[in-house]
Amino acid sequence: MLYLQVLLNGLVLGGLFACIAAGFSLVWGVLNVINILHGSFIVLGAYAAWYGHALWGIHPFVSILLVAPLFFALGYAIQSGLLNRVIAAPVLLTLTLTFGLDLMLSNAMLAAFKADFRKLVLDPPLGVLSLGNIVLPVDRLAAMALALLLTLLLYLVLSRSRTGRAIVAVRMDREAASLMGVNVYRTYAITFGLGALMAGVAGPLIAMIFPISPLTGPVYLGKAFVVCVLGGLGSVPGAMVGGLVLGVVESFAALWFGPEHAVTVAFALLIAMLVFRPTGLLGRKGYE
Amino acid sequence: MTPLLELRAVSRRFGGLAAVNNVSLSVKAGEIIGLIGPNGAGKTTLVNVITGVHPASSGSVLFNGRDVTRCAPWQAARAGIGRTFQIVQPFPELTVVENVAAAALFAGGASSIRNARTQALEHLDFVGLGDFAERSASALTLAMRKRLELAKGLAMRPRLLLLDEVNAGLNSSEINQALELIQAIAARGITILIIEHLMKVVTSLCSRVVVLHHGELIAEGEPQSVMRDPKVIQAYLGKRYAAQTTGAPHG
Amino acid sequence: MSNPAMAALHTAARRDLGLACLLFALMALPPFVADTYILRLGTTMLMYAVLALSWNFIGGMAGYPSFATAAFFGLGAYAGGVAQKFGIGMWLAWGFAGLLALLFAAALGLALLRLRGHYFAIASLVVAEVLREIINSATDLTGGGMGLNLPLRTGQSVEQQADFFYWTMLGLAAVAMAATLAVQHGRLGFGLRCIQQNESAADMLGVNTTATKTSAFALSAVFTGIAGAIYASWVNYIEPPDVFDVLYSVKPIVMVLLGGAGSAFGPIIGAGVFLGLEEIVWRRFLEVHSGVLGLLIVLLVLFLPRGLAGIARRRARGHTP
Repeated sequence: MLYLQVLLNGLVLGGLFACIAAGFSLVWGVLNVINILHGSFIVLGAYAAWYGHALWGIHPFVSILLVAPLFFALGYAIQSGLLNRVIAAPVLLTLTLTFGLDLMLSNAMLAAFKADFRKLVLDPPLGVLSLGNIVLPVDRLAAMALALLLTLLLYLVLSRSRTGRAIVAVRMDREAASLMGVNVYRTYAITFGLGALMAGVAGPLIAMIFPISPLTGPVYLGKAFVVCVLGGLGSVPGAMVGGLVLGVVESFAALWFGPEHAVTVAFALLIAMLVFRPTGLLGRKGYE
Repeated sequence: MTPLLELRAVSRRFGGLAAVNNVSLSVKAGEIIGLIGPNGAGKTTLVNVITGVHPASSGSVLFNGRDVTRCAPWQAARAGIGRTFQIVQPFPELTVVENVAAAALFAGGASSIRNARTQALEHLDFVGLGDFAERSASALTLAMRKRLELAKGLAMRPRLLLLDEVNAGLNSSEINQALELIQAIAARGITILIIEHLMKVVTSLCSRVVVLHHGELIAEGEPQSVMRDPKVIQAYLGKRYAAQTTGAPHG
Repeated sequence: MSNPAMAALHTAARRDLGLACLLFALMALPPFVADTYILRLGTTMLMYAVLALSWNFIGGMAGYPSFATAAFFGLGAYAGGVAQKFGIGMWLAWGFAGLLALLFAAALGLALLRLRGHYFAIASLVVAEVLREIINSATDLTGGGMGLNLPLRTGQSVEQQADFFYWTMLGLAAVAMAATLAVQHGRLGFGLRCIQQNESAADMLGVNTTATKTSAFALSAVFTGIAGAIYASWVNYIEPPDVFDVLYSVKPIVMVLLGGAGSAFGPIIGAGVFLGLEEIVWRRFLEVHSGVLGLLIVLLVLFLPRGLAGIARRRARGHTP
C-alpha cells in the first residue's frame, strides 16, 4: 500500500517534471543549445504568479494564460537578439553564453525578490482526495493535470500546426528544411520562444505546490537535464516518459535513501544513462 | 608464402542488413588489387572492417599472419595498414605539412616531431605538394587534397595501402597524374588495394580485380575476364542487358 | 623551404620558455615589496592561473568542454584536509590530493570521454554535484555539512604565512606552466590538436585517442587537485558548497576564453585580467557582482570568442602557430 502511494506521488510529480522539461528538450533538440536560463525562467514565472495572486488575487491557473505570451516574447527576443549570433558556435560558447545570461537573470531576481522562500497559499485550499488508504492533495493533482495538458498542447502544436511542422523539419535536417523554404532563423526564434513559454507556464504550477525562491532555479534545471537524458532530446513524448520515470525514481529514492538524497540518486542515474544509453530510454538519436 | 592480407568469411551486419556478407579474399605482397562493384555494394564498409573502424560481425581478418579482426583503427594504422578517404578529411586548421607529419608521427613510427616533419616534407615533394607545405590544409583545391590524402597515406609507412576512390571528382589530366603517382607508390613495394569506379584506371593498374555486389564477392580474376563475366554485367547493368550481351535467355 | 619552418618551430618553443621564465621571475617579486592584501590577491590569481592552465589541457587542447574542474578542486581540497586530519604532514597531504585527483580523473575519463559535446559537458558538470553530496553525507570522515577544520600552521607570523602561500601557489603555477609548454610542443599536444580537429581521422592516422584524451583529462585534474588542497590549508576551513561551487568550473573557462585558448599564455593572461575585473566589481557592485560577472561572460562570448590573444593573432596576419 505504501508503495502504491509512493508510486502515485511519483507519477503526480512526474507530470510536472514532464512539463518543466518539454520546452528545455525542444530547445536542445532543435537549436542544439542548452538553455541554462530555463530554470530561472521557471522561477520567474512562479514569481509572476505569486505576485499576481498576492497583489491582485489572480488565481495561478489564470496566471498561466497571462504568463504564456509574455514569456514567448521574452524567449523570442533573447534568441533573435543574442543567441542567433552564436548559433553555429561550438558547444562551449553557447553553454557559457546562456550561463552568463542566467547569472544576470538570477542575480536580478535575487536583488528584486530576496532569497527567502515564499509560498503561494490558495484560499480556500483545495483539500485532499482520499481513495482508501491513498491520499492525494488536490492542488498537486490539478497541477499535474494542467502540466500534462500543456505538454499535450505543445505536442499538438508541433504535430499539427504549420509552424510546428517547420520546427520538426529544422530539427531533422536544417539544410533540407531551409531548401524547402523554411525560414530557419525565425523558426529558431519561435522554438526558443516556445521553450521559454513552457518554462514560464510551469512556474505558476510550481508555485502552487512548492515554496519558491530565486535559489531554486538550478534545481529545476537539473531535473530538466535528467528528464532529457532519460527521455531523449527534442521529443515531447520523450519528455513525458522521462518526466514520469524521474518522478517515480525520486519518489522511491526519497523513501529508501531519504529525501535529501533523492536528487543525488537522480544525478547518478543521469550519469549512468549517459554512459550506457545516451540516446535515452526511447532510443531516439539526440544531438551531440 | 603467407598472404599479406587475408579475409576469411568476413561479414559485417548493421541491424538486420548485411553490408558485407561472407567475403573471403587473399592479397599477396606486391599486388595491386582493384575492388569494384555498384554503388552500395559494401566496398567502403569492407575497407572499414579491414582498418578496424567497424569490427567484423563474423569471420576474421589476418594481416601478415596476425589476427587484426578486433583491432582499433589506430592499432591497424600502426601495424602497417594505411588508407585514404573517399571524402577527404584533413585537419582543417593545421598546415599541410602538419597533416602529413601527424601520420608520420603516429602511424609511421617517426621518432620525434622533427623527424616526422622531415619525412612529411619528403612525402609532400613526392606527391608534388612540396610548395604548399606551410599553407592551411583547408586552402587546397580538391585535386590537391586528394594528393594530400596520398601523402598522408604514404607517411603512415604502410605495407598495405587502401585507396578509397582517389579519383572521384578529378578531371582527365588529374586522373592521369594520380595514376602515375599510384604506380610510383607500388614501385616502392607497397601493396595496394584500390576501390575504383573508373574502368580505365582499373585495367591499367590492377593485376587482379575483385567484384562486390550486395556485400558479396561475386567475381575475381584478371580485369578483362572479370568485366566479361555475366554476373558482373548483371550486377552493374541489370538482367536484361546481361542477357543481351551474352545471348542467354532471360525470364 | 623546409629549414625556415623547422627553425621556426624550435624558436617558438624556446621563445615560449624564455617568456615563461621572465613572467615567473616577475611574479616572484611581490612578496618582497607588497603588503599582505596584495599578496592575498596574488595568491588567488595564481590559483586561478593553475585552474585555467589545467582546464586548457582538456578544454583547449583536446576540445572537450569539461565542467569537471570544481569536482577535482573539491576532491583535492577534501583529500588534503582529511589526510591532515589523520596526521599526515601538509606537503605529503598535498601530494596525496594530487594523486587522488589524477586517479579519479583517469577512471572517470574512461567512462565519460566516450561522450561528445553537450553530453560530456553535462556529465562532467553533474559529477561535481554527486561528489559534493557524497562528501556531504560522509559526515564522520569529512565533517559533512558542518565543514572541515584544518590544523593551523604554528610558528609563522601573518606576513610569513602570506608569503608562504604565495610562493607555494607560484610554484604550482610554474609547474603547471612547464607542463603546458612541454605538452604543447610535444607529441601529446600534437595528438590532442589532431583529436580536437577531427577525432575519427586522428584515430585512423594512428593516434591512440583513448590514451591521449585520458592523459589530458588526468593532467587537468592533478594540478587542480593540488590547488584545492593548498587552498584548504590556506583558508583553514572548507565545506562542500564552497569547494564544489560550480563557479570553479565556469571561471577557468571564462579565463581561457578571455586570454585565448591557442597559446600557453592565454590562461595566465586571462586569469590576471579576470581577477582584476573581479576585484573592481566586487568592490563597487557587491550585491550584483554575479550579475556583472554574467554580463562580462555574455559580452565575451558575443564579441571576443577568441579572446584577447585572438585579437593579437589577427593583427599578426596569417601566421599559424
